[in-house]
Amino acid sequence: MSASDEVWILGIKMTKFGKHTDLDTVDLAAEAATGALADAGVTMADIGVLAAGNLMNASAGIGQQLQKQIGQTGIPVYNVANACATGATALRTAIMAVKAGEVDYGLAVGVEKLAGAGLLGGGGTKKKDADTWTPAGRYGAVAPVDGRIGTETMPGVFAQIGMEYGHKYGGTSFELFAKISEKNHAHSTLNPLASYQKRFTLEQIMNDVMIAYPNTRPMCSANCDGAAAAVVCNGETLKSLSLEQRRRAVKVSASVLTTDPYEEGCQVLPNVNTLTRKAAAIAYEQAGVGPSDLDLVELHDCFATAELVHYDNLMLCDEGGAADFFNSGATWRDGKTPVNVSGGLESKGHPIAATGIANIWEVCHHLRGEAGDRQIMNAKVGLAHVIGLGSACGVHILEKSTA
Amino acid sequence: MTGRIPLVDYLVLDDDQPHLVAQECTNCSARFFDRRNACASCFASEFTAVPIATEGTVRAFTIVAFAAPGVPTPFVAAVVDCAGTQVRANLINVEPDAEHVHDGMKVRLATQSIGLDSEGTEAIGFGFEPAP
Repeated sequence: MSASDEVWILGIKMTKFGKHTDLDTVDLAAEAATGALADAGVTMADIGVLAAGNLMNASAGIGQQLQKQIGQTGIPVYNVANACATGATALRTAIMAVKAGEVDYGLAVGVEKLAGAGLLGGGGTKKKDADTWTPAGRYGAVAPVDGRIGTETMPGVFAQIGMEYGHKYGGTSFELFAKISEKNHAHSTLNPLASYQKRFTLEQIMNDVMIAYPNTRPMCSANCDGAAAAVVCNGETLKSLSLEQRRRAVKVSASVLTTDPYEEGCQVLPNVNTLTRKAAAIAYEQAGVGPSDLDLVELHDCFATAELVHYDNLMLCDEGGAADFFNSGATWRDGKTPVNVSGGLESKGHPIAATGIANIWEVCHHLRGEAGDRQIMNAKVGLAHVIGLGSACGVHILEKSTA
Repeated sequence: MTGRIPLVDYLVLDDDQPHLVAQECTNCSARFFDRRNACASCFASEFTAVPIATEGTVRAFTIVAFAAPGVPTPFVAAVVDCAGTQVRANLINVEPDAEHVHDGMKVRLATQSIGLDSEGTEAIGFGFEPAP
């Protein structure tokens, strides 16, 4: 085998997101993996590499656990963990193996059991002060600093990220951020796999429980259970397959993973902008398309405040123009650049390691013309984006097959 | 022995002029508040301690209503721009609501007691309060 320039998604599957009390992590991963294999028309015997992610139990070896249930063929497993970009990282790992020419087919799986997990980031356990003040750690802290020196909770961190955008460019308000959430919840009503399919009025969103101003509860991503998986193959392999497989295959025109480059202040408040902008720029160049070519975008709206900044980072609007761009209606499903027609993380849900493949499933669904009631008509090019705090960013650009 | 101890080692408790200090890279001037192995910007490995301006403007904030168990809420978490150096801190001595806290507000460093340990040592934390 030789290195391949073309990589295709041959099969892809997302489970229902929500509360799966009767299914464990391996069950969910198996449902997604076997679903993706069946969708691709191949079996575990064809797969040359498995990349798998389950962030909450990152040391448990989800890839091998999955093999024990669906097929132990002796292929290499890469268990990956990369915060909320874990799913995208698993997919990118499989893509790299295919691209390098080491394998014809790769399988990527992301799975998480997160229903009822509550607040993430600050930790769910009570933090107690020590009996005597003793400096420890890289800051020489004598006591826990969460809540004493800013916040470590995700809603609070991402609230500041949205507020910082307003500080730099203006045009933001509590109401504007709430309107973004209103859009995504409205979109979710057309997605039967979403955790929540409930439309909220703007007033309901703004009057709901405040978590970290300006993010109220419906403006935060929903913790839930779920899995997603994808089978990828190279261009030569695709040519040998049936017309139906070639017609439904989705081209991976760009696959990019970045981390946050140093910038003043980036170790004080995580900077999710630099690495997204960098990933997007590389992806557009790899794919030979621009933001205006995108028929739909699934971006990482872990909080309503985050969605706004990524309009700008993904260059969907002019620099500094994200508020005007949203207010123009561009990102609603009937707008110029529909964003998060799945309902986004705020309503579809955010089973962390599954998210970076589930957003690609959504885009593929539209490119294949199989998205049912929420189909974006004639969709040919789409972009999927995830951010993992710490930070990692995955951007994939996908194109409809011409077969 | 009783006395005072800063909450973190980058808070200097000079009686009349408490302030924060950063580790500044001698090569590229990037500033960091933690113990360093090397510079994240230019990879150099020599640093000097520099004082941080005690007045600044609020660059970003949030009012945290839900936090980990044991963390009193609500509180205002913020990033304060102190003459070009970004500092993470709570905003203190201000009502924690959107009427009293706003983007771009002028603030200054202030210290507050975190409490006494079993040996009677008082831990001192810091925040930023509205500047007159």
